[in-house]
Amino acid sequence: MSDLTVTRSNLVFGRPSLLARGARAVVLAVACLAVILPFIAVISTSLASQAEISRAGGFVFWVTDPTLDAYRAVLSGGVVTRSVIVSLGIAAVGTALSVMCTIGLAYALSRTTMYAQKPMLLAVLFTLLFSPGMIPMYLVVKQLGLIDSYWALILPVLINAFNVIVMREFFLDLPAELMESAKIDGAGEFLVLTRIVLPLSKAVIAVIALFYAVAYWNSFFNALLYINSPEKWPLQLVLRTYVVNETPMGVDDLVMEGSSLPPQVAIQMAILLISVLPMLIVYPFIQKHFTKGLLIGGVKG
Amino acid sequence: MTETIKDRATTPGPARTRAAGATGRSSRRKPTSGQNRSTLARIKRDRMLLLLALPGMAVVALFHYFPLLGNVIAFQDFQPFLGISQSEWVGLDNFDVIFNGDPRFVNALANTLIITLIQVVFVFPLPLALALLLNSVLSERVKRGVQSVLYLPHFLSWVIVVALFQQVLGNAGMLNTFFREHDMATFSIIGVPELFKLLITSQVIWKDTGWGTIIFLAALSRVDMNLYEAAAMDGAGAWRRTWHITLPAVRSVFILLLILRLGDALTVGFEQIILQQGAVGKAASEVLDTYVYNNGIVGGNWGTSAAVGLVKGVVGVVLVLGANKLAHVFGERGVYSR
Repeated sequence: MSDLTVTRSNLVFGRPSLLARGARAVVLAVACLAVILPFIAVISTSLASQAEISRAGGFVFWVTDPTLDAYRAVLSGGVVTRSVIVSLGIAAVGTALSVMCTIGLAYALSRTTMYAQKPMLLAVLFTLLFSPGMIPMYLVVKQLGLIDSYWALILPVLINAFNVIVMREFFLDLPAELMESAKIDGAGEFLVLTRIVLPLSKAVIAVIALFYAVAYWNSFFNALLYINSPEKWPLQLVLRTYVVNETPMGVDDLVMEGSSLPPQVAIQMAILLISVLPMLIVYPFIQKHFTKGLLIGGVKG
Repeated sequence: MTETIKDRATTPGPARTRAAGATGRSSRRKPTSGQNRSTLARIKRDRMLLLLALPGMAVVALFHYFPLLGNVIAFQDFQPFLGISQSEWVGLDNFDVIFNGDPRFVNALANTLIITLIQVVFVFPLPLALALLLNSVLSERVKRGVQSVLYLPHFLSWVIVVALFQQVLGNAGMLNTFFREHDMATFSIIGVPELFKLLITSQVIWKDTGWGTIIFLAALSRVDMNLYEAAAMDGAGAWRRTWHITLPAVRSVFILLLILRLGDALTVGFEQIILQQGAVGKAASEVLDTYVYNNGIVGGNWGTSAAVGLVKGVVGVVLVLGANKLAHVFGERGVYSR
């Protein structure tokens, strides 16, 4: 299809001038490099040895003699290891609950004949317009006894109205005949949802799940607000302490077998990369859906 | 499978119940006698659907609506150990910080408005410009590749973005390391109060410009190619085709986003700023949200902070509704239609 468009539009519009194409290419290339280059330097530095870092004067842009010492140091127990487990747990439990609740709510709101469908839809939509405010939220979480509990990082953000709307729009666009015929065959709403709607909605569920997982994994401020004990910190708080605020990692924070500490900057870059890694792994599988206009539904609603 | 979804979204086939425009919504409604039945009978009929909606609605009620009640502490001298029921009512005293212009509040408000102004003028149009640029790339493969790279930063947390910026631009960061190695002049931008607004603006650009194009590219993909060809046949050059065909196609999306941005005028990058506040000090970096946090949750002035938060929230809703009204006056659809 793309080849066809190319030839067709070239025929009609003529080829754009070399200068215009060159300028475009330069702008796009610079934008892409601004995203990619920092990551290359982060990866290289995290893999560099003390000697190489001293030679480069701080950061290594291309590592010649890679070593996994920094990763071994932070992942063999200690603060970082524990926070990675905490963050993975919160992301897994939170995403599973969020996706289930969002599917249920979005499906119910897509059935326009349902009792009280309109007021419920409005109630969900209105949450996009206002937020209750930081202090009232804190008081509610405190009142529920969730301070210093992992549930404080999950329950308040369990439902995101935007995700509900996107999924509802997707359900609305499914052919109604399929559901009608299933109902004529005697299937209830739950069977229609699980047997017919969900198998047709894998793509949108994958994208919504990614949105929730990213939100849980990246959650920083709620943890700062609601989690008091450092041993319960998720990775983002550890990242802030040791990388943004540059608190040096001591022997106490790592579990080391005798050998000397890897360079601080390598440790910092290793933590940084670990916090980005899940995103880099999942992203390619989900990313194709973004470029194919899956989110248009949410946009036009 | 995604192909079929896409096809269905672009070509209204017979399988689609959803006809174009507003009529589709009503035609989807089954002609049942549902409206006439008694409430109890309808609840009984829909019990499975209501059960499916229940957990989600409960969360919405508990964490989006119920906390609104907590705003009453804006009218109290709230003490956590006394709770809402025991704390003393003080009328509008807490709002004095706003109406009498407490210097720390005024500083936070001024910073907020300056940052909003900078970002609406310099950041807001960038996704549209980038989308137009991407849209003019004819090779689908190159376009997809560039999109994949540029969407990525959106998925990184502010902690990661701030950490990356420090590592790249810091005094001992990558760029300065590189410059020192090559005997060039070094610079310093991290931790300089005067440059703080520039720094956070560039972080916002880096993180979200790519992702912001998604909505414009979706709008652009719905433009009929025949329009361009007809215009080209009639002798319209590239600029006139952009002006008369492309820009009108994205206008309503642009206005919609502008309304939403205006509604958020008093909300600027809370996580982003709180992470970097230590390095530059509050004079340069305090905004309304960090004021509420620092003054209330850290400083223990619950009542005044809740008052500031409440006023901020109310003004935000008024701004959205006002901007939406304005959009209607100019004949646009806005966030909701009337």
